[in-house]
Amino acid sequence: MTMIFGVPLMVLTGQMLIGLINGSFYALLSLGLAVIFGLLRVVNFAHGAFYMLGAFTAWMLGQYLGLGFWPSLVIAPLIVGCVGAVVERTMLRHLYELDHLYGLLFTFGLALLLEGSFQHVFGASGKPFSAPEALTGIVRTDFVIVPIYRSWVVVASLLICLGTWALIEKTKIGSYLRAATEDATLVQSFGVNVPLLLTLTYAFGCALAGIAGVLAAPIFQVSPTMGSNLIIIIFAVVVVGGMGSILGAIATGYLLGIVEGLTKVFYPEAANIVIFVLMAVVLLLRPAGLFGKEY
Amino acid sequence: MIKAEDFETVAETTRPHRMQRIVVVALIAVLMVLPLWVYPVLLMKLMCFALFASAFNLLLGYGGLLSFGHAAFFGGAAYVTAHALKVWELTPELAILAGVVAALVLGLAIGLLAIRRQGIYFAMVTLALAQMFYFFCLQVPFTEGEDGIQGFSRGHLFGLIDLSDSTVLYYAVAAVFVASVFAIWRIVHSPYGMILQAIRENEQRAISLGYSVQRYKLGAFVMSAGFAGLAGGLKALLFQFATLTDVNWHMSGEVILMTLIGGIGSIAGPIVGAALVVSLQNYLATTGFPVTTALGATFILCVLLFRRGIVGELRHRLPAARSKK
Repeated sequence: MTMIFGVPLMVLTGQMLIGLINGSFYALLSLGLAVIFGLLRVVNFAHGAFYMLGAFTAWMLGQYLGLGFWPSLVIAPLIVGCVGAVVERTMLRHLYELDHLYGLLFTFGLALLLEGSFQHVFGASGKPFSAPEALTGIVRTDFVIVPIYRSWVVVASLLICLGTWALIEKTKIGSYLRAATEDATLVQSFGVNVPLLLTLTYAFGCALAGIAGVLAAPIFQVSPTMGSNLIIIIFAVVVVGGMGSILGAIATGYLLGIVEGLTKVFYPEAANIVIFVLMAVVLLLRPAGLFGKEY
Repeated sequence: MIKAEDFETVAETTRPHRMQRIVVVALIAVLMVLPLWVYPVLLMKLMCFALFASAFNLLLGYGGLLSFGHAAFFGGAAYVTAHALKVWELTPELAILAGVVAALVLGLAIGLLAIRRQGIYFAMVTLALAQMFYFFCLQVPFTEGEDGIQGFSRGHLFGLIDLSDSTVLYYAVAAVFVASVFAIWRIVHSPYGMILQAIRENEQRAISLGYSVQRYKLGAFVMSAGFAGLAGGLKALLFQFATLTDVNWHMSGEVILMTLIGGIGSIAGPIVGAALVVSLQNYLATTGFPVTTALGATFILCVLLFRRGIVGELRHRLPAARSKK
């Protein structure tokens, strides 16, 4: 068997793949955070909860309506997006005039509310959720074993990330969004409905978290606490990457996922904390983050 | 940064009014006789969390810095105190001192990193570093993993006074509590505290006036960590265990809620808030209603409708307190 740095190649590529999968979720979630923060100046602490909501909605659609993975992949994010829109319309928008910290505190409360309620209703244990028939099975080669569903997740999330980037950078509605980020009052005076744009942006960001949740459901099981453990890592990712750039958020997400995967091979004890250590190093060397600009 | 216009701090004068002195003395007297009617362990728990929230408020209310990682100092000190009592067999006051020193060191390390960023990034950095500390606690053998450190006795204060009697312990905890709140009050009203509040209101101006802002912020962070550690050490002594719950991010959230609900930026606010949140948790534990859900809903209500908190709202509405301003 081929060895690299005293580690079997198979183990190395396997952990790289796991890193890439985790990185896909980091990228999807930090992308949503960056989109929301860019326009609303709200750090959405509830992002992890919306990710959990996406997974649970897909699970419930399967459980109670008998819907399969594919319809759920479309419907669950839409439902999560609607929940996000309602939250923004009824509560979050009253906080824009205040300090950004109140947005963080509000969404923190929302995260606790969602997590606590789901834990109460569905219990703390994970619920199994199976991948679609077409994507089960594994491909085995000499140097890597690839479960099909997992590699599909990597490709799908990469496409979603690039699609979001194109939507914001290359389309008309994206140009409104970027303009409103620069100067909301001016854009409104040109006749663009900025309050609606804010609602749609928050809903879109939440829907992205919902998609990530559905994609994650067959890999990590569906549990009420799946989001809160992730959101803190995402915050570290966001501090490393800076929230100023969409591509920066995506790249940092994948990069840190792979670094975490490699740490599992070479020094497993530190795998949980390597992202936080990297964050500390970046803070010391480049306080604004790799792609960041201070707002 | 959270500024005063958001929650209306009251411009308190350095010297307390005679009225305030009377109220404080009366409250201390009540604290002395309260264990006659109320279960002392509950009162001690309240005081531990009130001290924790007061420590947190020193940083948020007067320094304008929202830390999302104060559980690290509270829980870290609880672990060190428990370890010192159990393994090193120190007397309780030395064990708590060890916990406070640990919290100060940890506060210095986290503070040095966190003050490099501002506002929401500061909150995210403190949260992430505290989570790193949580994972560290989860893995090192010193914390005894999922079980936590337990099965030790409270020992004898100064090697003389037996603390296993909860009435004796009550007066010891009350003395530490009153002294700490007084110390925080002194810090806030010292020239140092005034400059800290000036930085909260307008950092740029404070810099242009020649103050080394970073050093003031770091100082506030470390002191806040130290008092949080004192609260954690007391809690470990009181309940005779230290577990992962104390370092979990939920704990950081709870202390924010206590301060927010009571009133950010007042001495009494965090104490009132801690009493409310702890009572709410105790009450809900008997009903089966999920505590996390209730805390989350309270959080949302406070942020949307009630940003001044109870003490802040009272001050805002009572004309007497207003005219004093």
